Amino acid sequence: MNKIVKIFSGSIIVPLTAIVMGLLVGALIMLLGGYDPLLAYQSLFSQVFGNLYDLGETFREITPLVLTGLAVAFAFRAGLFNIGGEGQFIIGMTAATFVGIKITGLPMIIHAPLALIVGGICGGLWAAIAGYFKAKRGVNEVITTIMLNWTALYLANYIVRHFLLLKGQQRSENLQDSASISIQWLSELLGNARMHWGTLIAVLAAVFFYILLWKTKQGFELRAVGLNPHAAEYAGMNVGRNIIKSMFISGMFAGLAGAVQILGVFHYQSVMSGTPGIGFDGIAVALIGMNHPFGVLLGGFLFGSLTYGSAGMSFGAGVPPELIRIVIGSIIFFIATPGIVRYVLKPLYAKRKKEKVL
Amino acid sequence: MKKSIKLTMVMLLALTLVLSACGKKNEANNGGAAEGNGTKSDVKVGMVTDVGGVNDKSFNQSAWEGLQAVKDSDGISVDYLQSTKPDDYITNLNKFVKGGYNLTWGIGMDLGEAIKTVADQNKDANLAIIDAVVDAPNVKSITFAENEGSFLVGVVAGLTTKTNKIGFIGGAEIPVIENFAVGFKAGIEAVNPNAQVMISYTGAFDKPDLGKTQAATYYNDGADILFPAAGATGTGVFNEGTARKQKGEDVWVIGVDKDQSLEFGDEITLTSMIKRVDEAVKRVSKEVVDGTFKGGVETLSLKDNGVGIAETSSKNVSAEILAKVEEFKAKIISGEIVVPSALAE
Repeated sequence: MNKIVKIFSGSIIVPLTAIVMGLLVGALIMLLGGYDPLLAYQSLFSQVFGNLYDLGETFREITPLVLTGLAVAFAFRAGLFNIGGEGQFIIGMTAATFVGIKITGLPMIIHAPLALIVGGICGGLWAAIAGYFKAKRGVNEVITTIMLNWTALYLANYIVRHFLLLKGQQRSENLQDSASISIQWLSELLGNARMHWGTLIAVLAAVFFYILLWKTKQGFELRAVGLNPHAAEYAGMNVGRNIIKSMFISGMFAGLAGAVQILGVFHYQSVMSGTPGIGFDGIAVALIGMNHPFGVLLGGFLFGSLTYGSAGMSFGAGVPPELIRIVIGSIIFFIATPGIVRYVLKPLYAKRKKEKVL
Repeated sequence: MKKSIKLTMVMLLALTLVLSACGKKNEANNGGAAEGNGTKSDVKVGMVTDVGGVNDKSFNQSAWEGLQAVKDSDGISVDYLQSTKPDDYITNLNKFVKGGYNLTWGIGMDLGEAIKTVADQNKDANLAIIDAVVDAPNVKSITFAENEGSFLVGVVAGLTTKTNKIGFIGGAEIPVIENFAVGFKAGIEAVNPNAQVMISYTGAFDKPDLGKTQAATYYNDGADILFPAAGATGTGVFNEGTARKQKGEDVWVIGVDKDQSLEFGDEITLTSMIKRVDEAVKRVSKEVVDGTFKGGVETLSLKDNGVGIAETSSKNVSAEILAKVEEFKAKIISGEIVVPSALAE
């Protein structure tokens, strides 16, 4: 317990204040637009926690965000900026779809995990391409990962169109039942909400992230390279190999996110006209979570419930769902500018100091 | 830790204070607006847009206009939810279905799978979908004979073209869009066998840049009339056409789904092939009001006034050509001409 407190105590106050300030900015803009912010936030809240179905769907919304958030956070910890969560997500989706459709005759206990693992590994390899260029040629990973997003999108569309297409439709065939990771009994319990094992996987991934980075020698190396590659090299660590490794693990998280969406939610893959955006949202989740795995869990929870709740906001108070992006944007803005937050909090701190003196 | 808890409490308190203060002022406004509508009917109809959103200047918007018309005429309550990504389709549909709405619309073929799932899970709910066929007893599927409407604008294009080159730009190579292309080509060939029809698909419905590039290619190849059936991608086609028109080139674009001359102007819009999504939405929604709603498939064609050409066409199209169009229209309705379809199994 003490440890957890230690991790957060210094940093929790800034994000919390930032969240409140973000909500306030949202309320202000709603007022300007002639909406009722109180009613809006009320409907948002009841959309998320109002009934079992919505609660289940909120978790469905949160799951991939946590995974892509972990992907971005992991790369950050190793000193890399992985903007390619999007592409790795798509590759994970496509790989899982491919395995889910093309491999037949396996029992569920093997087929579903196989599709998941292949999705994760392919996502990881996709990110490792950018890591390889960075390690061997010093190519900035920001640029390569963005470029790989588009490559992934068109590659995925090509694969769906040419190998997996359902005739006359813009989507793949349905997966075989044995590849599904949906939890039927839980879905039935929650009014047909789309529940799946991916949520558990996301939590396990966060734990894995924590243990790997802070409890193993390998994790120490990854962090050292992130903090100061020159010092790490001087200490005898192989910087290049560590960069590739951390990109691979980062991409694996994003690939898993794509795989669970396919195996747990859609059970087929559409031809996409644009990237789905969950990989980019992962950057926001990582920022809100201060790049800590358990922070990312909370950040994903916040981001996911706000996003899912935005439908309720537009339903109950007529507020356009885009407004929630303004709220999220402001939250990130305030988190990224702790100076502003501290300035707001200054009177409170000053008062307390005075009390102490007295 | 204690400090932070205290601080959070203070912030939360401040938040509630500010919010409740803000809220009151506005509630009065909202209340007033709600009373003004004077609802007469208990029937509630909801619609879920696809990712295009309700202001897509195409069929989502058209559907919403249809619903609002029913609201005004029959006093029902209507509402819509926008989907920002495909994950939202099912939850948005469920929002209406579980909220006790008498009818829930899914707009666009993207929602087909979601409608099927929700319909199977809620056998008592009434659902309807545009542009897709969903096989469930409680779903009304509305499709349009796009080939017939496109045939008519094809006739206009075939008689108007000077270069004898005409281009079709589709959003994606899917049956619904191919149906536009097939009808358009048949219409052109019926009146102008010498005309060359070029057909291409951009692969996206939301990429104006792709539409613009393709339009430039076609115009450079000598085409003088283009027909985009590609959602927002078509905006790029109009932009390219307008730019060339201003430079004095004699080029035209044919609008799709709605009367697009209202949006892009008469100087570039030759005519528009109209898909009366609003009419369909109106009709089926009224069936719910009257209690005659039944699941099934309905294809709206020229005969039902479900497709056609825009009334404003007379501004740019000569009376002579329009007379020819009327002639073909009558022939199609009477069955004398059967327009080929891409949907035929």
